[in-house]
Amino acid sequence: MAPPQPATVVPDVDESATLGADKPEARKTRKTEQPRRRRSWVGWRFVAPFLVVFALVFLAPIVYSIYLSFFQNRLVGGNSFVGLDNYGEVLTDPQFWSSVGRVSLFLVVQVPVMLFLALLVALAVDSGRLYGRNFFRLAVFLPYAVPAVVATLMWGFMYGTRFGLVGNINEAFGITLPDPLSPEWVLTAIGNIVTWEFIGYNMLIFYSALQVIPRSLYESAEIDGASQLRIITSIKLPALRGALMIATIFSIIGSFQLFNEPAILQKIAPNAITTDFTPNLYAYTLSFSGQQYNNSATVAIVMGVITMIVAYLVQLRGMRKDG
Amino acid sequence: MTAPTGTRTTGTRPARLRTVRPRVAPLRPAGRTSKPRRSVLLTVLTGIVVLYSLVPLLWLVINATKTQPSLLSSFGLWFDGDFALWDNIQRTLTYNDGIFVRWLSNTLFYVVLGAGGATLLSAVGGYGLAKFNFPGKRGVFAVVIGAVAVPGTALAVPTFLMFSQMGLTNTPWAVVIPSLISPFGLYLMWTFAAEAIPDELLEAARLDGAGEFRIFFRVCLPLLAPGLVTVLLFTSVATWNNYFLPLIMLKDPDWYPLTVGLNAWNAQAITAGGDVVFNLVITGSLLTIVPLIAAFLLLQRYWQSGLAAGGVKG
Repeated sequence: MAPPQPATVVPDVDESATLGADKPEARKTRKTEQPRRRRSWVGWRFVAPFLVVFALVFLAPIVYSIYLSFFQNRLVGGNSFVGLDNYGEVLTDPQFWSSVGRVSLFLVVQVPVMLFLALLVALAVDSGRLYGRNFFRLAVFLPYAVPAVVATLMWGFMYGTRFGLVGNINEAFGITLPDPLSPEWVLTAIGNIVTWEFIGYNMLIFYSALQVIPRSLYESAEIDGASQLRIITSIKLPALRGALMIATIFSIIGSFQLFNEPAILQKIAPNAITTDFTPNLYAYTLSFSGQQYNNSATVAIVMGVITMIVAYLVQLRGMRKDG
Repeated sequence: MTAPTGTRTTGTRPARLRTVRPRVAPLRPAGRTSKPRRSVLLTVLTGIVVLYSLVPLLWLVINATKTQPSLLSSFGLWFDGDFALWDNIQRTLTYNDGIFVRWLSNTLFYVVLGAGGATLLSAVGGYGLAKFNFPGKRGVFAVVIGAVAVPGTALAVPTFLMFSQMGLTNTPWAVVIPSLISPFGLYLMWTFAAEAIPDELLEAARLDGAGEFRIFFRVCLPLLAPGLVTVLLFTSVATWNNYFLPLIMLKDPDWYPLTVGLNAWNAQAITAGGDVVFNLVITGSLLTIVPLIAAFLLLQRYWQSGLAAGGVKG
């Protein structure tokens, strides 16, 4: 009943966390047999409520969309089984692939920039060399509390060349900045909004991981004459590998399912953002403008599989670096 | 604060949560032994990122004080002659028969049921996974962790199709039910419960003859408080900020949350012939984020320690 792909995506996280959580139990020897057996089923009573709702909102839609992807509803002939026809159609659809290309480009440019900035801020805050370090940590995190809708509306206003902030700057300095809402620049403009929203969140992930490093390590490194740069590359960055992995995988998922920002900007920049700008926007358009539910479900599944493959490959690569 | 309704949100929830503070001291990261020298240069450089983060919010605050005409005629990052904030707030709350207030109460409803329910399910489930051995536990973990990798928005369209078969679309339940599941929350509560609840405590309570659920609610739940606040805060933000799900599930503006409503106002202002209410969109946006920012500021000790203790240890 479980989707096969998800289970294999993060096998190593699975292992370590389960072992970690289990350790105290597994090592303990039970004096009586009866309570142990009773306990084993009591656990289910706690987990069951979550799993029931989980099955309804996660597993059932996956199963349902797999079912939909094998059928086609036509005006003549009604609902009929078409095998892999929908998949063939999606995989040869140039609109689909151009949207995948766009989010891939977004992924390879925006995610590294965002994570790099987040990493720099986390290292700076953790170094203890800032004046007012708590203020810095909070201020950078605040945009995370702003809904994507508000963030996009706000930046959309500022992007305006006529009466937005970009327009103000053009007027004040007598220059012409490129229009962020033009077809050439709109992907960058969206990248900026997403970066703004999530720098703080990623910074917090890195910062939490840095805080776990025992301070005594730095002291002994300093006694050995290691420079700050050396401490960063030899102690801090290796300790951040797990956090970097989590942040990267979340960002990959986030990039592939990009929807809110382009969907909202579309109203202001209809020429720059087409209805197939991202795969999700395309699936949305197919469903709600075209009533092509079967194709829409197929796009969703293909995107889910692509996301998992990419996340898995990135994870493999990250593990190889472990050496 | 600004709006009467806004203060209500920020007032009640944190206050209720704060009563648990004295009972459990939040876990703090290991203290520093030696203090490094402060650096002006590093502060200034990091300050650039802080400016980047705060300037748009400053823009929002400044422009919420402007009237519709001066919004278009004055410089974006400074105040204009007349200070119209209170007038804007009043108009936002009353425009279109006070639909904004309706959206605000819808949002609160979704957050209380959705995020509250998600936190409860995560806490109970996470505790079950952390403290019990049961057949199929590894399978449960694999499925839930795998689900984190499934794009949430990719699920939204199939969920819509399924819910419309079940007759749930265009009802509040279509928004509440999917909000009840937070794999991240489950994971966080699991790691948190594994550390915060000593097995000896459970043994002792069992020897005293207490039932399992009684033990959980009486003994363990207070120990989980910092983790609970963290999960509640993050699921609240997720529900409060949710846009895609309500957008596809709801047709009737009377059930819209703030996010979908604000975007509808914006779309109306752009459409030719529509009522141009950019000042209300901006003021409404400000009113939408004030409760969340206040919650994050008031509860920072909790979510920062909760994340550090349970969330991401690398």
